[in-house]
Amino acid sequence: MSVQATSEHKGSTFWRCLGTRVKALVVAGFASVALLGPAHALIEIDITQGNLEPMPIALPHFATQGEQADLGQQISGIVTADLQRSGLFRPIDPAAHIQQNMNVNTQPRFGDWRTIGAQALVTGSVSQLPDGRLKAEFRLWDVYAGQQLIGQQFFTTPQNWRRLAHIISDEIYERLTGEKGYFDTRIVFVDESGPKDQRRKRLAIMDQDGANIRYLTNGSELVLTPRFSPVSQEITYMSYSGQNPQVYLLNIETGQRETLGNFPGMTFAPRFSPDGQRVVMSLQQGSNANIYLMDLRTRRTTRLTNTAAIDTSPSFSPDGRQIVFESDRGGSQQLYVMGSNGQNAQRISFGPGNYSTPVWSPRGDLIAFTKVHQGRFMIGVMRPDGSGERILTEGYHNEGPAWSPNGRVLTFFRDTRGGQGGPQVWTVDLTGYNEQVVQTPNFASDPAWSPLLD
Amino acid sequence: MSNVLFARVARLVAVVTVCLVAAACSQTRPELGADGSVVPGSGQDFVVNVGDRVFFNNNQSSLSPAARATLDKQAQWLNAYSNYTITIEGHADERGTRQYNIALGARRAQAVYDYLSAKGVSQSRIKTISYGKERPVAVCDADSCWSQNRRAVTVVNNAGS
Repeated sequence: MSVQATSEHKGSTFWRCLGTRVKALVVAGFASVALLGPAHALIEIDITQGNLEPMPIALPHFATQGEQADLGQQISGIVTADLQRSGLFRPIDPAAHIQQNMNVNTQPRFGDWRTIGAQALVTGSVSQLPDGRLKAEFRLWDVYAGQQLIGQQFFTTPQNWRRLAHIISDEIYERLTGEKGYFDTRIVFVDESGPKDQRRKRLAIMDQDGANIRYLTNGSELVLTPRFSPVSQEITYMSYSGQNPQVYLLNIETGQRETLGNFPGMTFAPRFSPDGQRVVMSLQQGSNANIYLMDLRTRRTTRLTNTAAIDTSPSFSPDGRQIVFESDRGGSQQLYVMGSNGQNAQRISFGPGNYSTPVWSPRGDLIAFTKVHQGRFMIGVMRPDGSGERILTEGYHNEGPAWSPNGRVLTFFRDTRGGQGGPQVWTVDLTGYNEQVVQTPNFASDPAWSPLLD
Repeated sequence: MSNVLFARVARLVAVVTVCLVAAACSQTRPELGADGSVVPGSGQDFVVNVGDRVFFNNNQSSLSPAARATLDKQAQWLNAYSNYTITIEGHADERGTRQYNIALGARRAQAVYDYLSAKGVSQSRIKTISYGKERPVAVCDADSCWSQNRRAVTVVNNAGS
């Protein structure tokens, strides 16, 4: 599986590979239509501001040549949905478009797009080559400046067509916001079926928009809290399949699975270090849970906490030097930050209520958490020193935030009341204004985001 | 008064549970006599006449007087029928976060383990496991259900019989 891309925007040819197998690089030029100098975008989104006005963007259906007549429309439809769900863009209804039948290789009539209020325009085409591969081209235009901002070509196998769309979304997002995108990613989660007192739980993985669900376990064992490796096609999770409930490592490409460590009791709440070489987790010891670190290469384990308390949900800072975790050592669940050697634990949460499931942003600037206060379950963020607490969403039951790889969006699960109730996976951005459900066939919980795919 | 009512409800739940177990498993020893009475020393005897579970307050793992009374009876029975091994299952209600509830369930199971072993039940006969909030017995949206889920259940294993 591979996608090769060429770009004159970057100044040199580059390519991307999907999955781990690399095919021969295909070089293809893509001449600029506008023939203007290096583009200086006049349009830009500052995504650090709260409650901003989404940017109006026009995405006419990509032209299609070949047998799959609706493929171009499907690809531009996925790009449209990605950008819309981000909350930063407002795609303009194609029925309002004045210029029709856009050709990716001719300059748009910018006046027609200004008239309908579009600030950005995406044109594209997709065709099938004689060797069976798909070729896709797209250009991103600054409508007011009358300039091309991106022009790229991609080649890939037909079954990769959705990833092609997400990669185009990421390119557009990055060019217009200055931040890396997060659309060509997956979410691992726990699929839940059956009645509430007899839930069947399966590990599952899906594209970030809910497409392409694949099940990783068969439901015969209880599985919880999967987490992605930041560097490999592996996840770590908790399973009740053995003598003791324990933390496992699963390669999602080979299906190979192993127990992590040889601990004398239940292990749970695993999470990878930023370099992917270590897993930090809790070990239950009598009434207490302590945090341990396991080196995946040497298999050596190190004890990091030693208190008469429940210490759990550890999460590394992106530089690997600190760990945030929850502990009830002070009488109630609160957040603490310690060195990654276990030294100098400092409490950082002081608001009313219980704080749990902390997770450090990949940007390093924030820690997201679940907060429970007066029967309300909230998802919030605070700075690593505990200042600047903000609640992003609250309600009957919101739990277990996990970051998008660019640190701008959180996924979490929201449960509903009573015997017929059940959890669904949601996303919320850092403004708190843009909440979206991820549609899944069954109930779904414990979401965790993958890094950007390569 | 309400305690009496609650005990009845709990016993009813226990009986229903036993019926389900009885239907699901082929039994290695008779649980009911010819007249339908519970056979002393059977697993059903433990559930119906001793009480297989104790309950906890929100976020707590300390044993209430009612819980200690139940565990005293459990210890007496287990010391009389010493061929059984047991598994103590710790549980939490759904109004907490997942990882913490796993540890909280373990803490509750440990409280029962400590109490029974102090009452003479050999530690080699006892295994503990926590299910956190993953195995509720009552699913309504009220504390009347959540309080039933904040529990530790002593499961008598047939292997020893």
